[in-house]
Amino acid sequence: MELQAVLMAAGGGSRMMDLTYNTPKPLLPVGNKPLIWYPLNLLERVGFEEVIVITTKEVQKMISTDPKVKLDVKMKLDLVCIQEDADMGTADALRHIQQKVKTDVLVVSCDLITDAALHEVVDLFRAHNATLSMLMSKAHEFTETVPGQKGKKKTGEQRDFVGVDGTGKRLLFMANEADLDEGVVIRKSIMRKHPRMHIKTGLVDAHLYCLKKSVVDFLADNKSISSIRGELVPYLVRKQFSKSTNSPKVIDETHQNLKKNDSNISSRDEELLHLTQERSCWNDHRGDMSDAYHGGRLRCYVHIMDEGICYRVNTLAAYIEANRLAPKLFDEPAVHPSAVVSERCLIGADSIIGASCQISDKTSIKRSTIGVSTTVREKVKVTNSIIMHGVTIEEGCNIQGSVICSNAVIGRGADIKYCLVGSAQRIEPDGEHTTASPHLMSKACSA
Amino acid sequence: RGVPYQTVTLIHQSMVKRLPEHVQVDDPAVVKRLAKKLERQQIPLRSDYGYKVSLFSHLHQYSRKAPLTQLLSIPSTVIHPSIVRLGLQYSQGIVAGSNARSVALLHAFKQVIRDYTTPPNEELSRDLVNKLKPYISFLNQCRPLSASMGNAIKYIKKEISNIPSQCKEEEAKTKLLTCIDRYIEEKIVLAAKAISKYAIEKISDGDVILVYGYSSLVNNILCEAFEKSRKFRVIVVDSRPRLEGREALRRLVQRGISCTYVLISALSYILPEVSKVFLGAHALLANGYVMSRVGTSQIALVARTYNVPVLVCCETYKFCERVQTDSFVSNELDDPDDLMVTRKGKTQLENWQDVSSLGLLNLVYDVTPPDFVDLVITDLGMIPCTSVPVVLRVKNLDQ
Repeated sequence: MELQAVLMAAGGGSRMMDLTYNTPKPLLPVGNKPLIWYPLNLLERVGFEEVIVITTKEVQKMISTDPKVKLDVKMKLDLVCIQEDADMGTADALRHIQQKVKTDVLVVSCDLITDAALHEVVDLFRAHNATLSMLMSKAHEFTETVPGQKGKKKTGEQRDFVGVDGTGKRLLFMANEADLDEGVVIRKSIMRKHPRMHIKTGLVDAHLYCLKKSVVDFLADNKSISSIRGELVPYLVRKQFSKSTNSPKVIDETHQNLKKNDSNISSRDEELLHLTQERSCWNDHRGDMSDAYHGGRLRCYVHIMDEGICYRVNTLAAYIEANRLAPKLFDEPAVHPSAVVSERCLIGADSIIGASCQISDKTSIKRSTIGVSTTVREKVKVTNSIIMHGVTIEEGCNIQGSVICSNAVIGRGADIKYCLVGSAQRIEPDGEHTTASPHLMSKACSA
Repeated sequence: RGVPYQTVTLIHQSMVKRLPEHVQVDDPAVVKRLAKKLERQQIPLRSDYGYKVSLFSHLHQYSRKAPLTQLLSIPSTVIHPSIVRLGLQYSQGIVAGSNARSVALLHAFKQVIRDYTTPPNEELSRDLVNKLKPYISFLNQCRPLSASMGNAIKYIKKEISNIPSQCKEEEAKTKLLTCIDRYIEEKIVLAAKAISKYAIEKISDGDVILVYGYSSLVNNILCEAFEKSRKFRVIVVDSRPRLEGREALRRLVQRGISCTYVLISALSYILPEVSKVFLGAHALLANGYVMSRVGTSQIALVARTYNVPVLVCCETYKFCERVQTDSFVSNELDDPDDLMVTRKGKTQLENWQDVSSLGLLNLVYDVTPPDFVDLVITDLGMIPCTSVPVVLRVKNLDQ
C-alpha cells in the first residue's frame, strides 16, 4: 500500500460560530451537499478506496441517522471518534490513530474544496522521497458581501510567510506573522545553500499534507506537538537545515525500513540508493560544490496552484464564496429532479434547487442555493443568498445577499438584506431587516 | 513485450526478427497493438506531444509536463509504489545515466520481490515474471529503457525462471535478492574498479584529457587516477540542452582536479591542446558501434582529424546484440520544450507549436563508428571496437 488517507473532521469551525453552533462544520451544506463530501469526493476521484475519518460522536451520529446527510461515496469510511471537549489538535488526532497508520499518510481537512490535481503533490512526495509535501494556492479576493458585516472585510488574519526556492517547489521557510517578533529572520545556513529564495505572502494553505510514516511515529514520541499546521510543518521545514544529523529520536533514523526488523536489509538498500545518487548526473541546484539536496535527508516540498478552485471553508465569507463556486465541481443538474418547481418562476442558471423543494409561482431565484425540503411560496425574490434545509419562505418575501439557516421560517412580506438568520428562527411578517439588525442571529450566539 | 529490442542468440535457436514496437510509432496498427497490450496490463497509455520532425516521426516524443502518474490512481495499486517512484524519477531526470538507472531499477525490483507473495496454485518462477511485465511496460512508457536496463531485466528473468519449483518462497526470495546484489557488485561496482585499473595505465603525467558530458565511469577513472597521484588536467566539453558537463565539472573540481569547461562549439579550438579523449558509452553494439550521448560522434570525429586517441570506457553488461549504423533508426526523443531558453524574462520559442514550418528536435543518443574509436576499455581488458561480438559470444557461452 502506498498511501493512507486521513480526513480531519473534528474541527469546531470557531471562526463561523453563527453557522456551526447548531450544525457541526463537516455537515454544513455547501451547494446542498455536506461540506465533508468535497474532500471525500476528491479522494474518491483520484482512486482512494478507503479513508480514515477522524470526527466527533455528534457527526458520526448525524451521518448514520439523518437522511438529509447522504454522503454518497463508494469508499470504505473508517470513522474514528474523539471527544469533542478533548481539545485535540490535528497532530494529536494523528497520534491517536498511530496504530492504524501502516504506511505514508495523506492528511486532508474536511473544509477543503478544491479541484486541484492531487498527483502534483503526491509526485513531489514520491520523486524526491520527501518527508512532507503540501498544497497551497494563490488566494483570491472574496467578492461577495458577507452578511452581518458592514463595509469591506478587514484582513484581521495574520499573514503567512512562505519561502520557496528558484523552482518554486522546495519549501525553505515557513512562518506566521504571529510568531515573528520584529522581522523575518532567515538563517545564514539556508541562504548559503539557497541564495535565491522567493517569499510569498498571498497564499492559502489547503491543509493537505503528504507525510512519511516516520513522521507519525515521531509524533508518537513527541507529545508536545499538537497542531500539524501550526507546529509540525514549521518544525519539519526548519529541520531540513539543522546541523545535527545524528540527534536522537530524529526522523532520519526512523526513515529506514524497519518492516522486517532486519537492519541488514535497510542498510543494503540505503547503499544502493546512495550508489544511484552517486552515479546519477542530476542535481537540484547549481553554483556550489554540494551534492544533490546538499546531502540533506529531510526534504519538504510544496505545490502552489496558480489557477483552479481551492477554498478552505472556515469563515463565513469563505462559506458564501464556496457555495457560489461549488456547483462547478460536480455536474449534477442544477434543479434536483424531485423538486417541484412551478412553471411560472424564474430560476437563474447559477442557482441550485435541492431535493423535495417546492417552488411556487412567480418566484425569482438568482445566484442562490435552495436547500433540501425548502418551501418557497409565491412572489418571492431570492437573490445572492444561501437557503439551507427545511426553510419555509412565505409569500412576497425579498431576500438578498443573506444566509438563512435550517428550519427557519420567514414570515410573509419580509424584506431581508445581507443578514444571517439563525437556525429555526422565525422572522415576523412584513419585517424589514438589513445588516444593521443583529438580533436576527439565534439566541445561542447573542453574545 | 517490455524489452525494447529483440535478441538473437548467436548459437541457439534463431527467432523471427521483428521490428521492435518503439521504433514504429508512425504505424497505426502497431500503435493500436501497443495500446491493447497496455490496456490488458492496466497501464495507462502516454500520449505523444508536439510536432515531430519527419525523419524521427517513428519514435515516441513525450512531454515532461504530462507525467504518466496523472492517469494513475493515488495510491497506486496496479503498479508497485517503488516502481511508480522509479518511473517518476526517470521521466523527471532525477535518475539519469546508464549505471544509475540500472542500479535504481534493480533496487526497485528488490522491493517488488520482497513484497511479493505467490498466489495459490501458482509457481513463483512463472508468476513473478508475469508480475514484472506490466512494471517494465510502465517504466518503458516513462522513459524508454536503456540497453543496460534491458540486460539487467533479462538477467533477472532468467534467474527467476531458473528457480526450482520445489523451492520454498522465502528461500527463493532470498536467493533472488542475493543474485541481484551480486549482479550489481560484479557488473557495476567491481567492473568500475577493474576499468579504472586498466585506464590508469593509459594516463601519463602531463596529459590533457578531454571528456564529454557526464559519464559516471569516466569520472570514476579520473578521480582514481588523481588519487594515485597522476598529474593531468581535464577539459570538460558540454552541450545543450542537458548541460550534464556542469555536474561532471563540479565533481572533478571538488576532488581538486584542474579543469577547463567549454561548449561543444569550441571543440575544434580546444582540440590542439588535448592529448587523449575519454568517452563513456550508453551501449556497445554488436557491429562495434558505440551508442552514447548525442555529440559523442562529433567529438570522436574531430579527435580523429587531429590524431588524438579516443578511448571508450564501457562495462560488459552494457554490450548488446543490436546492430545499428546510423542514429536515426533507433533513438530517443526527449521533451522538445527543453530547447526553449528564457533570457531576461523572454522566451523566444515559447509559441513554437504555432509556427507550422518549425520543429524542435531533442535527440538523446548517437552512434559512433568503430573507425573513430581507438580502444575500448572494459572489465575484461582493453579490446578494439571490433571485438565486441567475441565478448558477446563468450558471455553467452558462460550463461
